[in-house]
Amino acid sequence: MTTITISYPDKARRTAITQEPVWVRRTLISLALIFLALFLFVPLISVFYEALKKGVDVYFAAITEPDARAAIRLTLIAAAIAVPLNLIFGVAAAWAIAKFEFRGKNILTTLIDLPFSVSPIIAGLIYVLVFGLQGWLGPWLAEHDIKIIFAVPGIVLATVFVTVPFIARELIPLMQAQGTEEEEAAVILGASGWQTFWRITLPNIKWGLLYGVILCNARAMGEFGAVSVVSGHIRGQTNTLPLHVEILYNEYNYAAAFAVASLLALLALITLAIKTFVESKVTQQKTKE
Amino acid sequence: MSTFKQHSVLPGFNLALGFTLIYLSLIVLIPLSAAFFRTAELTWTEFWTVVTTPRVLASYRLTFGASFAAALTNALFGLLIAWVLVRYQFTGKRLIDALIDLPFALPTAVAGIALTALYAGNGWIGQFLEPLGIKVAFTPIGIYVALTFIGLPFVVRTVQPVLEDIETELEEAAAMLGANRLQIFLRIIFPAIFPALMTGFALAFARAIGEYGSVIFIAGNMPMVSEITPLLIITKLEQYDYAGATAIAVVMLVISFILLLIVNLLQWWSRHRNALA
Repeated sequence: MTTITISYPDKARRTAITQEPVWVRRTLISLALIFLALFLFVPLISVFYEALKKGVDVYFAAITEPDARAAIRLTLIAAAIAVPLNLIFGVAAAWAIAKFEFRGKNILTTLIDLPFSVSPIIAGLIYVLVFGLQGWLGPWLAEHDIKIIFAVPGIVLATVFVTVPFIARELIPLMQAQGTEEEEAAVILGASGWQTFWRITLPNIKWGLLYGVILCNARAMGEFGAVSVVSGHIRGQTNTLPLHVEILYNEYNYAAAFAVASLLALLALITLAIKTFVESKVTQQKTKE
Repeated sequence: MSTFKQHSVLPGFNLALGFTLIYLSLIVLIPLSAAFFRTAELTWTEFWTVVTTPRVLASYRLTFGASFAAALTNALFGLLIAWVLVRYQFTGKRLIDALIDLPFALPTAVAGIALTALYAGNGWIGQFLEPLGIKVAFTPIGIYVALTFIGLPFVVRTVQPVLEDIETELEEAAAMLGANRLQIFLRIIFPAIFPALMTGFALAFARAIGEYGSVIFIAGNMPMVSEITPLLIITKLEQYDYAGATAIAVVMLVISFILLLIVNLLQWWSRHRNALA
């Protein structure tokens, strides 16, 4: 029993007295795998199975028809606006919070996390209350013929709201851990603020930044609830990919619904792959220091 | 003002903080306040009547009950999965570790239709449950399944790092002194990971009560039976009952904020405890 555990290089290597008997280990591993299979792997596989069940032709027809293409375009637009905005916000917030000491810092950090604790439905609702016909700015917007709710700007706003914390919350702990010595040295040697940021801070945080961007992008492209409230569900115009999935599904067009869903599932898998890669980079960076 | 910020040679504080505050106010705080201002137009009695009709009460019971059951399941299996991933060696471990975050990355609508297809009477999993008289899709059990799916990563990801940091020496010492594995787990390991476990549970619970996308496909959405609170907000909104929708939203917001406070306290407790150890 002692010999089986010796050759592993990580935390799983343990001596006999701090190791469970083989049958306990096998039972626990099996239980965990059965649970994960039922709740994670089978649903994931079923998306691709259902998508391809009616054949490759049906699959490609479903993801290339004009409404699907319009949905892909709108999803890309929403993410292309939301991610850069939240990237700038994340860097600014992390710079202020991680590099300076000021009062109310903890409250600010909590406020940044707020969108995570708000139901997506409520995220959509509050924009209706501000920009909708009966909302605060509704009459003024109607007068000037500007449509935000049930139009693309509303979708973008809702997407921005739900993805606000992603990049900031990756960068804040990372930049806090890195401290301020390197930047202070640069500034004292005569570098300007922007030079310091581009040459010192950015190379230090690049992997954390990428990590945040990837997660932010996945959520931006996949958001359903918040976008659903403000979208108005006009086919070809205000439908994002997740909303398009819903419409097809409710029309009992399951093969097409799962075909479009499989695009989003692929996006999720790519996200996880890049995330795992970036994590290994971050660990490398840490062990080097 | 002089004590507001400590002196630093680094530039950009005013720009960074100013931008952060303006952005946060415009995108998050002012819109959120709209919900509270809109509700303040109601009298207390009107508000109370709207948020306590039988249909709304039934939706709270369902939402909180299913969320609690799902978060509990996540706590139990999340702990198991974190334990297996940290302590044991088996094939496919790294792949599984990477896939744990799938519910974070997979759009909720995709999860919703996939789970519905699986647990429907003719689905891969549903066909085995139906002869046993267990109906999952289009019942409250379906809601529980969907909420368990979306909450899965929280407990694993909060417990995993704490479990990795536990020193083997402590367990060895306990074993030398005659403790068996169960005693070591209950007396040494479990107390160390308990704050993290609670944090994960609270995060999963908070996420579950607001969840919409994965639930509506599998729920069946029958009033009084399988209608979650977020769906009720949408229904009221579609009937142009803005005051009603907003009043229920405020109830949920207040509960969410209390949960956020609890999570922050738990995290503080967790850090505090680890700092002592």
